[in-house]
Amino acid sequence: MFNRVIKINRLSLLAMVMVASVLYSDQALSDSMIDTDKNQVSLFSDWELSGQISIEELGFFHNKLDSRQHNNYISGAIEPELYREWDKGKQSFTFVPFFRVSQHDNRRTHFDIRELNWLFSAQDWELRVGIRKVFWGVTEGSHLVDIINQTDLVENIDTEDKLGQPMINLALIRDWGTVDLFLLTGFRERTFAGVEGRLRTFPEVSVGDAMYEKHGIEKHLSYAARWSHTLGDWDIGLSHFYGLGRDPTLNLQLSDTGASRLIPYYELINQTGLDLQFTYDNWILKHEGILRSGQGKTFYASASGIEYTLYNLFSSGLDVGLVVEYMYDTRGANNLAAPLQDDILTALRFALNDVQSTELLAGIFFDRKNKSNFLNIEASRRLGDSFKLEAEVRLFNDAPANDPAFIFRDEDHIRVNLSYHF
Amino acid sequence: MKILTKGIVASLIGLCVIQTSYAETAEEKGLAIAQQVENKDSGWNDMLVTIKMVLRNKQGDESTRDIQQKVLEVEGDGDKSLTVFNRPRDIKGTAFLSFSHIIDPDDQWLYMPALKRVKRISSSNKSGPFMGSQFAYEDLASFEVGKYNYKYLRDEVLDGTDSFVLENTPLYQYSGYTRQLVWVDKSRYIPLQIQYYDRKNALLKTAQFIDYQQYLGQYWRANKQVMINHQSGKNTELLLTEYQFKTGLSTRDFDKNSLKRMR
Repeated sequence: MFNRVIKINRLSLLAMVMVASVLYSDQALSDSMIDTDKNQVSLFSDWELSGQISIEELGFFHNKLDSRQHNNYISGAIEPELYREWDKGKQSFTFVPFFRVSQHDNRRTHFDIRELNWLFSAQDWELRVGIRKVFWGVTEGSHLVDIINQTDLVENIDTEDKLGQPMINLALIRDWGTVDLFLLTGFRERTFAGVEGRLRTFPEVSVGDAMYEKHGIEKHLSYAARWSHTLGDWDIGLSHFYGLGRDPTLNLQLSDTGASRLIPYYELINQTGLDLQFTYDNWILKHEGILRSGQGKTFYASASGIEYTLYNLFSSGLDVGLVVEYMYDTRGANNLAAPLQDDILTALRFALNDVQSTELLAGIFFDRKNKSNFLNIEASRRLGDSFKLEAEVRLFNDAPANDPAFIFRDEDHIRVNLSYHF
Repeated sequence: MKILTKGIVASLIGLCVIQTSYAETAEEKGLAIAQQVENKDSGWNDMLVTIKMVLRNKQGDESTRDIQQKVLEVEGDGDKSLTVFNRPRDIKGTAFLSFSHIIDPDDQWLYMPALKRVKRISSSNKSGPFMGSQFAYEDLASFEVGKYNYKYLRDEVLDGTDSFVLENTPLYQYSGYTRQLVWVDKSRYIPLQIQYYDRKNALLKTAQFIDYQQYLGQYWRANKQVMINHQSGKNTELLLTEYQFKTGLSTRDFDKNSLKRMR
């Protein structure tokens, strides 16, 4: 555990030093300007502190499968954001640390630097240096194209929580689109629940013993580029990534004592991704596709679908959206790494557009191969001005023993999160 | 000789045209007033404004939103705007980019800071409430002459100000209104009050523009707007401060890259 944190810190340190030195030079400049001309003060904003503190209850409907696990988990998290901009907003600094402390499962008690970066924006380019989070993609059921950041899986199995990624990112902004070039400096291991945690594999993943196809500098450097553009009703993104993959292959290993465990293995991959969205009237058509080589046989995976929304139904302010997506993966069934290989997501999204921003999303993933399904319900509502209540219910049904979702057969759960935003 | 005759005929036709324009119809007069409103408010290039939105229900419970907005004037089309929320805090950093068009649907993108995701969204949502307020999306869109059919109804003195009363009928798709009655200040050509009639042609809302101030010796902006919903008893107040014009913004400040940076 401690070993892991130290490793992360060492990586962050590099980025921190880079950011700090840049900031220092700018700060020195700004101070001298303030001294000579008091009127210049307004050019530099003050430090802005915001963020959230939250408490979460994660409860399971079925009894634990392993005596070391629990049925209820209470945890708390804090995620402040420190921000400052200057140079008329052309330059800014952002720092977002994150810490969760969990009642059980010491893997879930974890710290991360989500963001620590400096931004410089010019007329036709933008430079970002430091730790950041980057999202690519358009679909709702899965996020195939999104590859820059490692998933903070111990936070939530929806893969939407990410670990901060140290990087240098240069964006070139042209009439024919934006080209983003990334030098990713520092590999991050995926987080997994520990032995005390639920929503895990059997046997558990042994995070500290992860193996890599590349070592040293090759392990820590990856490269990515993306071209994105808007052409009329179309939004398009074409990307390529080269480096250690973010999704590890989990290999079963027997120790000398006969105990088994899963060892994450991170391979060197090439991944080309395409994301496409067509927005017209009440309709959105979307597609994401990836071609990945280096992780076993080269494979193709895609997600395509529609989103249709009825706005302001009966003049009540209610929006009802229908999402249907089809997910395909050439790796086929029975592959732990490809749970959504021939699946259909059907979801309804309700937005009340009321003062409390009440929203509800209910979706069902249906596996066409083995008829198993996964029901996901998410709801949120603001309480007063500063609190937000969120609930999530996930039910896993009818997964046969050869389906990746079989490990979640007794993991039906509810998550309730109350957060205070400042 | 022939040429001369042609000239006389042409000038005669010209006179006739001038004659008819003097006896203009209510529609023509309405359109002329709307064009004046637009002409007098063009040339400001770009605008920055800080908005406090106060939502009140029937019982008087209040909820506020803090918003920053940048607008770029686009000649011959709808304006471009970038709107970012600062309060309530749970949506801090959420930003909204809109390229509005006169009749065609607008192009809109939403930035969700928690996911760092930019999403192109459908612009069919004209009549829905903006952030739970009594303002619909279409109420906050930039005024363009081509968006409505006009009809001049009458002159009226509104709170001591001589005004024209116009009836505007939306031409764009998905409007929540059959018509709007607009009181336009006769001397300054600025809206003082708008009454909105719903799809059943019943009075739905009244917007009032209060405390106008002139900027750059030309452009009038209200420091306060109140939207009263007559059917629900709810109202929303907009307090608009720190107006800035001609700050040198360009299309580059209104793209998907700037959407991610907007604070």
